[in-house]
Amino acid sequence: MDNAIDVRGLRKSFGRAEVLAGVDLTVRRGSVHALLGSNGAGKTTLVTILATLLRPDAGTASIACADLTSDPVAVRRRIALTGQSAAVDEVLTAEENLRMMAGLRGLRGGAARRRSRELIERFGLTDAADRRVKTYSGGMRRRLDLALSLVVAVPVVFLDEPTTGLDPRSRRELWDVIRSLRQDGTTVLLTTQYLEEADELADMVSILRDGRIVAEGSPAELKRTVGEDVVEVRDAVGKVLHGEPTDGTSAGLRRALDAIDAHGLTGEVVVRRPSLDDVFFALTSHTQSYGTTENPDDHAGSLAGAGRIPS
Amino acid sequence: MSAPVHAAAPAAARLRPGAVDAVFIARSLRHSVRNVDAMLMAILLPVMLMLLFVYVFGGAIDPGGDYVNYVVPGIILLCAGFGASSTAIDVAGDKASGIMDRFRTLPIRSWAVVTGHVVASLARNLVATMVVLGVALAIGFRPTAGAGEWVLAIVAVAVYILAITYLFAAIGLATGSPEAANGYGFVLLFLPYLSTAFVGAETLPSWLRGFAEHQPITPVIETVRSLLMGTPAGTAPLLALAWMVAILTTAVVWSAIVFARQGGRR
Repeated sequence: MDNAIDVRGLRKSFGRAEVLAGVDLTVRRGSVHALLGSNGAGKTTLVTILATLLRPDAGTASIACADLTSDPVAVRRRIALTGQSAAVDEVLTAEENLRMMAGLRGLRGGAARRRSRELIERFGLTDAADRRVKTYSGGMRRRLDLALSLVVAVPVVFLDEPTTGLDPRSRRELWDVIRSLRQDGTTVLLTTQYLEEADELADMVSILRDGRIVAEGSPAELKRTVGEDVVEVRDAVGKVLHGEPTDGTSAGLRRALDAIDAHGLTGEVVVRRPSLDDVFFALTSHTQSYGTTENPDDHAGSLAGAGRIPS
Repeated sequence: MSAPVHAAAPAAARLRPGAVDAVFIARSLRHSVRNVDAMLMAILLPVMLMLLFVYVFGGAIDPGGDYVNYVVPGIILLCAGFGASSTAIDVAGDKASGIMDRFRTLPIRSWAVVTGHVVASLARNLVATMVVLGVALAIGFRPTAGAGEWVLAIVAVAVYILAITYLFAAIGLATGSPEAANGYGFVLLFLPYLSTAFVGAETLPSWLRGFAEHQPITPVIETVRSLLMGTPAGTAPLLALAWMVAILTTAVVWSAIVFARQGGRR
């Protein structure tokens, strides 16, 4: 079986608020899959359910072949959760945190000590290993948080907004770790509101909006769905005066420039490739009108179709 | 830095029976030892109260100078209450920080995290009780108890600590934040003052007397007092046992239900 995570029709409401409105999601084994969405889109709820902390109202999910609803304990043997919805023990030191987690995963004395030391070194916490976590910076804390999830081998790791609130350097350090997880063959489901993060790390991206997956594909595929390269003319303050589509070839670029000249426009000329931001904004631009009765599929339909990998 | 991080990870091993409880008990004991402020408060406050009652109010309450022998059993239970109340804050803190959710995603009986806090509270409070008893003996507390009565008195105090600790654990689970848990817990801490801990029920106004005589802490105090000082016990030991079993059962069931319900919610 090539899918590490298989989610079908997952629904969850809190009171009258429907947070997940039927999520289908497939994550290939050994891939990094990003779940992208703005605040309140349902990312954390989805991860919380997949990590067995909440029961879905409807739908099924299997994680590394274990069924979420009928055998949550088997799921727990196969997963680890880091991020927003998990935490570290602030009163203990990094080493004590790791050894506690090793103990809870069944490692004893020597094995627990060895693995704790390995992780402390690997995550650059050697100098702080004997200090209480209370004194750690946000970046150190997050690294320890991730280390606690990797004490024993698990096939699937959930990272719930792992870099939210981190400075750029800490973020890059964490990205390196996530890349090496992928090299190790671990499946990673990552939630993020940073498009750049999804672009950097993910093999596949699913965009979650109002509790539904509205688009899915590799970062490149998704970008292609919002269009081609554009030659833009901007004025002195960066306002776009005109955009001329182009195809990336030198002949195309020449044609675009000729067209701009024909319009008699002057200003700064830049070639802009569509970014994941464009995809995201195209799909989520209506999220401000929260709680209205609009059909969320209306503006997403064609993109979802274009980007989806045939299953 | 792209050295393998996960490829080298050992496989999870089978847990020995009791291993999870041992990990959580060790964790909570570490917390207790490191939370010096809470430990000091749990010991100092009852000691200060004892000194206050014996030296300041004691002369007025019992001009014979024997008040220390009356008040110490009550102070011991007051002390146990103070120490146990921090369990509510510890449990609520675990919930609020999210570490409880991390434990819930492990293939273990995560309820053991509460057991850890309860056992640590029991240990912490027995130590505090011993310190308070030591100070009491130093300022003239002269119990008449023999060895057997001492053992029974300590068992009674331990059962009281256990019951009230579970109650505070349930309060900690039921309330969202450590601050709220602290607030609710405070109400419980007031109960010993409205008992026979400091003055006999017969000295209270009649409307209060009924409450003081029938609230759960009074029979426990009277039992301990009777064991240590040889005062007549009457039905106090039976009543105390019934109350403690009832409180313990309620608190354990309540906290187990709350715990089972609230994964992933903060």
